[in-house]
Order: sequence, then C-alpha cells, then structure tokens
Amino acid sequence: MLEWRRRREPSKAMLYLSPLIAIALTMLTGTIVFTAMGYDGLTAVYDFFLLPLLEPQRWPDLGVKAAPLVMIALGLAIGFRANVWNIGAEGQYVMGAIAGTGVALATYDMTGWWILPAMALAGVLGGMAWAAIPALLRTKLQVSEILTSLMLTYVAIQALYYLVRGPWKDPDGFNFPQTRMFTPDQTLPAMTEGSLVHLGIPLALVIAVIAWLVMEKTTAGFAVKVVGLAPAAARHGGFSAERTTWLTLLTGGGLAGLAGLFEAAGPFGQLTPQFPVGYGFTAIIVAFLGRLHPLGIVFGGIVLAATYVGGEVAQTTVKLPQAATGMFQALLLFFLLATNVLITYRIGLKARPA
Amino acid sequence: MTASPRDRTDAPPRLALSHISKSFPGVKANEDISLSVRPGEIHALLGENGAGKSTLVKIIYGVQQADAGTIAWNGDIVSIPSPKAARRLGIGMVFQHFSLFDAMTVIENIALGLDEAVDRDELKARVAKVLESYSLPLDPEREVHTLSVGERQRIEIVRCLLQKPKLLIMDEPTSVLTPQEVERLFETLRQIASEGCSILYISHKLHEIKALCDTATILRGGKVVAACDPKVETTRRMAELMIGADLKQIEGAHGGKVGSSRLTASSLSMPGEPPFGTNLKEVSFEARAGEILGIAGVAGNGQAELLTALSGERLAASPAMIQLDGKPVGCAGAGQRRAAGLACVPEERNGHAAVPDFSLAENAVLTARYRLPLAPQGFIRLGAVRRFAQAVIGRFDVRTTGPAAPARALSGGNLQKFIMGREIGQEPGVLVVSQPTWGVDAGAAAAIRQALVDLAARGSAVVVISQDLDELLELADRLCVINEGRLSAPRAVADLKIEEIGLMMGGIHGAGQAAEVAAHA
Repeated sequence: MLEWRRRREPSKAMLYLSPLIAIALTMLTGTIVFTAMGYDGLTAVYDFFLLPLLEPQRWPDLGVKAAPLVMIALGLAIGFRANVWNIGAEGQYVMGAIAGTGVALATYDMTGWWILPAMALAGVLGGMAWAAIPALLRTKLQVSEILTSLMLTYVAIQALYYLVRGPWKDPDGFNFPQTRMFTPDQTLPAMTEGSLVHLGIPLALVIAVIAWLVMEKTTAGFAVKVVGLAPAAARHGGFSAERTTWLTLLTGGGLAGLAGLFEAAGPFGQLTPQFPVGYGFTAIIVAFLGRLHPLGIVFGGIVLAATYVGGEVAQTTVKLPQAATGMFQALLLFFLLATNVLITYRIGLKARPA
Repeated sequence: MTASPRDRTDAPPRLALSHISKSFPGVKANEDISLSVRPGEIHALLGENGAGKSTLVKIIYGVQQADAGTIAWNGDIVSIPSPKAARRLGIGMVFQHFSLFDAMTVIENIALGLDEAVDRDELKARVAKVLESYSLPLDPEREVHTLSVGERQRIEIVRCLLQKPKLLIMDEPTSVLTPQEVERLFETLRQIASEGCSILYISHKLHEIKALCDTATILRGGKVVAACDPKVETTRRMAELMIGADLKQIEGAHGGKVGSSRLTASSLSMPGEPPFGTNLKEVSFEARAGEILGIAGVAGNGQAELLTALSGERLAASPAMIQLDGKPVGCAGAGQRRAAGLACVPEERNGHAAVPDFSLAENAVLTARYRLPLAPQGFIRLGAVRRFAQAVIGRFDVRTTGPAAPARALSGGNLQKFIMGREIGQEPGVLVVSQPTWGVDAGAAAAIRQALVDLAARGSAVVVISQDLDELLELADRLCVINEGRLSAPRAVADLKIEEIGLMMGGIHGAGQAAEVAAHA
C-alpha cells in the first residue's frame, strides 16, 4: 500500500516541479473526460495547450492575452505573499477600464500625446479606488477582504452594464449597448504595423522585473513576506500589517486597473458588455501556477493565455463549447492546489505491519 | 513520611528498559538505554535539552516505538503501541505543556481526557475523592482560564490519578511553578510514591532532584552516562555529567557601576489582548545604566504584555508612560524605539523573535536594520547583511551551516543564541529580554548570561524577564516581581531570600494560595 510520508524539509525540487505535474495531470484528465464525452480528446488537449505555443502565427494573440493576466497576477501575488487575499481583481480590472474610458469620453474631441497617459493614470487610480474599499473594511472593521473584494466585482460589472446602456452609450451606435470607439490618440499604438501586439506586452515584462526587484531587494518586499509568514515577528520588527494590507491591495488594484485600461484601449477600443472575460479570476490561477514569484508568473501567464487561445481554436476544430476553457482552467487550479502536498509530503510504500 | 521504596527490592522492577535505541533521520535520539524503576521509587531522568529524555518517555508512553530493545512491565516483556495501551498498563503522564481547554471547566476537561465515558455524577464523586485523599486544592467547577498554572497542572495530575496508575511520568513539571507550588507538588508526589506508584521525574533542575528523587539516570547525547543516588552526589558533579564539561561561572555579575536611568516606565497601564490577556496595571520601574533589572513571576502574569508594551509592538496611552534616556517614547512604534536604542527579545522564538522560514541573514534584517546600515533607503544590502549574520554566528558560537541556513533548521538553543547575538551585536542602550535561556542547554545558557552581564558592564541597561529564579538571582542586581499585571517595587538581590520572592510571586492567585502556603508552613 502507498502512504504519505512527511518530508523532513520541504522539497525545493517539488516547489518548481509540482506546477508542471499539475499541467500534465490537467492534460491527462482533459483527454479522458472529453474522450468519454465523445469528442476527440487528444486533439482537444493538443489544441488547448500545445498548438498556441507551437504555431508562431498564434504568438501575438498569446502575448495579447498573457499581458493582462501577468500584470494582474503580479499585483495579486504580492498580496497573497502577505496573506491579503484579493479575489476581486476582475472588479478592479473593470473599474480601471471604466475610469480610463471616462477620460477617453471626456477628451473625445481633443488631440494630444498626453491623452493616453492620462487614461492610463485614470485606469490605475480606478483600480486602486475599487481595491481601497476592501482595504478600508479590513483594516478598520476586520471584514474579510476575500468576501468584500469578490462581491465588489459584481458591483463593478453592473456599473459597466449601466454605463454602456445608459449615459455612455454611443450616440451614433444604432442603440447598441457600447461606448464610442476610441480615437487614435486614445488607442494603444501597435508595436509593429498592423499587428495586435501592443505596448502592454513589454510593459508587463518590465513590471515583472520591477516586482521581482522590489520583493527580493527592498524592505517593502521584505515587509510583505514577513507579514505573510509571521505576523507577530512583523510587528516585532516594526512592520505594520495595516500598512502592508493597504499597500498590497492598492498595488493589486492599480495593476488590475492598468490591465483593464490597456484591454479597453487596445484589443477592444471601446467598452462593451462583453468586456469582462474573467482575466481577473484567471490571474489567480496564474499567480499560483507561477508560485507567486514574478518570473514564474510570466510563465504561468503564457500557459493560461494558451488556454484562451486554444479554447478558440478547439471551438472550430473539435467543436468544443466555449465553457471548456473555464473547465480546463478550473482543472488546472484544482491540480495545482492538490500537488502542493508533494512539497511537504512524499509518497512511500507502506511497511507491512510486523 | 514516605514509605521507603527500598523495602521492596525483591519484587520485579515496575519498569525495566533494556538496550532501547531510537533513530530519526540524521540523529540517534536514544542509543542502548537501559534503566529500571522499582515500585514506589521516584526516579529522576536528568539531561540537557536534546539529550533524549523526551524521546525515551515517548517510547514508554507509547507515543513512539523503539527501533531496538525491550520494555519489561512488572517483569513481563510488553509492547506499548499507543498511549491508550500505556494507560491500560497503568502508565500515566503529565506533559510539560498542558492540553486543556481554557473556556471549559475543570471537570469537563477531566472528562474529555478519559478513555472511557464516565457518568458525570460518578466522575464528580471520583474526582472529589482523589482531591480529598491527596488534599489537593482545586475547584472542579472553575473555568480553566481563571486558574493559575499550578492549579492547571493539578488537573493533569488528577486526570492521571483517576486511572490509578502504577507509573507516573512527570515531564519538567516545575518549569512554570512558584517555589511554594513546587513544594506543594513534591508533597503530592511523595504521597503518590508512598502508595506504591513509581514516578519517573524528568528535569534538569538539580536541587529539585536532590530534594525529591531516590535514584537518577543521567542522559547525554542519547546515551546513559551515569546512574547515581542524587541525595549523595553533589549538584556540581551531576551538572558536569549532564553537560559533559566543566561548568563556567558567570564573571562580573552584580555590583557594576550604576549610572542614570535609561529606561523608565511610569504608571504604565494597558489592557491585555482578548480573550485571556493580562491587563498591565500602573507598572513603574527604572532600569539604570550598568545594571541588570530582573522581573520574576509565574507565567501568564503580564510578562508577554509588558514586553510588547516596552518594545512598541503595542503602544501606550501616553508618550510619557515609557521614557528612553529621558525621552518619552510611549507612543513611538517599534522601529522608532529600536532606532533610539531600545532592543527587545520576546520569549517566543519561532514566529515572534524570528521567522522560521527565513534565513538567518534575513532574520538579521528583521530587527537590526534600524541601528545598522543593512538597508539604507529601503534597499537591502545583501553583503552587509551576510557579514553581520556571520559575525553574530561567530561571536555567539551558533552551530549552523551559515547565514543562508533557514532559522527553522536550528535547534532552539542555537536560534536563541543567534537572536541574542543579533540584539547584543547592535549595542543597544537598553535591552529587554524575556526568558533569555528558556530551552537552552547549560553551556549556551552560561554564554548568553555572560553576554548580558558584559552588555550591562559596557553601560547599557538590561531588563531580564524570567520565570527561572536561579537565573535571576545569578544575573540581576535588583529584582521586581510581576503578578496579575502589577509590578512590585524593586529589591536589591543581595538582601533577598528566595522564600520572600516566592511569596511575592504567589501573591494573588490570591488569598487562596496564601492560605494554602500558611497551611503547609
């Protein structure tokens, strides 16, 4: 018989291997489940995970979808390290887009280089403002930020629905629920002529490197880690848990807001009811797949972006429903959390009782 | 008053261990241990932390299984696969750390600890009988959080006695008791032994073993190094057997040059943290340059609260309540106080004084960055951090692989040496330390105490909060006692008797205890 044995030391190798094991188990389970349902399971899994990575013509799309995931996950991971569980990045992402779009609509008949930076700033502030509510409730009233941030997501989405159907509806839009298209000065420039690739992609990488430096080399990053690992030691060392809660929630909200604005001013070019696609929730999986490490998150972002790209491919090739994307992402999170046990335990053969 | 256990030498030993060995990955906890305990004998198991005492009693109590060797019970070879099996044989154990539910009553806690379900009224009657026959003062209907540590220990003892044990294992039972409570416990134990129950008494306090035990087995490094009669052997000789080296005397304690006040508390009051924290009430003291001020007291009387109030982890109501070198700092945070020269070491090492998952180098950053240039402008300088950690490791003889070793990989004593070194290495003007040598072996404890004495000699004020009276008497120039959040006036150690301190410590678990002491005087 097999049994779990506690390791004397947490395994370093498993720390990095377990996400890969989780990916492998997700692919295996996916194959079995979809085959049992009468689809071509093997092709489905290939299309989901490998095709987007192997075909160079899909890389721009991959990058466009990875950028917001990475940006949001970087902010979330910093919070998670401090035991601050911001589950509502989706709402902060939507609020960032709304705030940025507010600037865009107000500057609709203006031109100038400053408009896009002003929108980006508004996006960051919008996301921060939405994250400030859970921060305030947690620090002043000890309300769990898990609940408040999650619930505020739905408030943000309803606000979006209201705006695009009411005050912000495009006057020339044949009554469709959407805002005006952004002007060229309000749209992210493409990195190369005619491609999808926008400024957000390199920026996500730059933010990842900055996040890594902050976490490893500064007392601010040190504070985040101490508060998360040993709150009493943090107090003893003069670090304030309250301040850390504020800083991590504002960072997470700000980055989610920026990602939202980039999505609005990039691929969408306007706000529509279809704007929230769940990047804020998927980014939670990205953060854990990347072991909450900024550079790991870049890897995790690419893997999860592949499931979005692959999901679209598999809809046409194997006729999988769109919901399959969500199922694969859920499977991945499930196995990711399950394989964590391998870090502290190993599987051994049970000795026969004497 | 004790029936001499030596009358019974012809009977087979109650417990006989032969050639017991037990290894854990990387360490031989017990190696070829043999010992025997006669009926009615009080047998001391003596050894430093890490000598293998805990592993050995866990094997006897069925918590762990020996790799080799046999256990004989009343002459028959037995296997003890679980604590339940041990209790069925008649082995009871009182652990160092009690497993009691604070919010439940004494009788409820006793009922929870029994193997079989017992009718409440019947249990009450049986408990009452045990309490009466050993004249143990304990109210079965009181909630546990209202009880003193000594009373809590009595619950555990009653729990064992209800099972009519033939062998009672006591693991470091006096570490949290006042001298009077210790005397009280010894009388109970002598009575239990006189009725034929053997007692295995684990301790490293030699004078207690001399006062109580008939025989002693001394362990070092997992092996038996000696067996002796503690009533005959000198404490010094037993200590040297225990640590395997000559004992060092602390040099330069007492009577250094005392200067002006460096740390002053004036009428410091602070509510305890709910639900069971102790309120600090009008605590006033003065720690002067060049002296060590000792604060004695039984655990849970406000020591933890006093330390966090002084360190700045919790802020006082007004700045003037705490003054550092004459400046009011009562409302300054922990960082500001450290920068101004006030260093603190809390009792709990893991998760309070140090982060177990951090390396030693990172743990150095935790508190030393205020006084040393380890992270100027918020950027951590890894080179400087590593050099400082390495210096601490060298100066305090911390046994570790280096500054990159995670704190949790160190033994308690070694981590304590590192933490003390980290604070002393910053040359603080004032050092407040709680339980500086708790769980630390005698050699390391002597080194830590010497470092405290030396720090005071260099002109710092040192405040030592400890439950170990011997330690305080050895180190402190003046002594106060903390009791239910109140601090007594300081007394010069030179003209203080240990009984007086005991009375000050017992003080208020109230009138009840004073009466109890009087009754036994």
